[in-house]
Amino acid sequence: MSIISSTSHTASSTATLSQRLTAAIVASILGACLVYFAGFSHIEAVHNAAHDTRHSAAFPCH
Amino acid sequence: MIKRIAQTAGFTGLLAALLLTLLQSFWVAPLILQAETFEKAPAATEVAHEHAAHGHDAEAWEPEDGWQRVLSTTGGNLVVAVGFALMLAGLYTLRAPTRTSQGLLWGLAGYATFVLAPTLGLPPELPGTAAADLALRQTWWIGTAASTAAGIALIVFGRNWLLKVLGVAILAVPHVIGAPQPEVHAMLAPEALEAQFKIASHLTNVVFWLALGLISAWLFRRNRDGQYSA
Repeated sequence: MSIISSTSHTASSTATLSQRLTAAIVASILGACLVYFAGFSHIEAVHNAAHDTRHSAAFPCH
Repeated sequence: MIKRIAQTAGFTGLLAALLLTLLQSFWVAPLILQAETFEKAPAATEVAHEHAAHGHDAEAWEPEDGWQRVLSTTGGNLVVAVGFALMLAGLYTLRAPTRTSQGLLWGLAGYATFVLAPTLGLPPELPGTAAADLALRQTWWIGTAASTAAGIALIVFGRNWLLKVLGVAILAVPHVIGAPQPEVHAMLAPEALEAQFKIASHLTNVVFWLALGLISAWLFRRNRDGQYSA
């Protein structure tokens, strides 16, 4: 247990701030693309497949 | 680091999507199916035809009701959940949760950003509800989510009161502008069904986001760089 709690700060500081910032931005953009594809795509087949997902998540639909 | 983000997002998305599918199948999907009986009824008014135009495209594939529909909804949930989990895991590399329970706060922030704020202007809708132009609504939705995310970040992480006030202002902008509304509000499903759907949608999304935040914080803390070198 002591090892786990003592590494919590060193783990996040092993990468430089710019590296972490890049990773955060890239991950966020990639995530947004996935959400956009399933939830906002205008492709008919994609819309139909994820139809219930869209309504349930209160994404604009139809 | 990248491996840590990917692992966190992948497993979190998978687990949260399964939970979401389960909740949806029992609670949300039956309401959607019920609403569609009004939409597909021969007596359906013009509203349905205008706003269900997508259904008239003969070429587009559509899952059949039953296992096909459940499966494709599960797929949709999975893509959306992994997408949201990627955003969370990415943000964790900047602000690592010091306790797993902090994931609940991240989940609440996600719910506020992607559900609560957009639904203030565009409430959850059953099929067959009149609405403004889709592209306009999507633009407002995305703008609202973005400004809510920025606003919350400034309020929570802002170092002085000026930044926090700015956060509140940014939070309010999309609601001052107002969501695109249809010329005439109309729906085919009875109001009681719509009310029930709104509650079901909100509660399902709260549970989904809390689970997403909690699981992602737990996995992110578990998959340390030291253990799984990137």
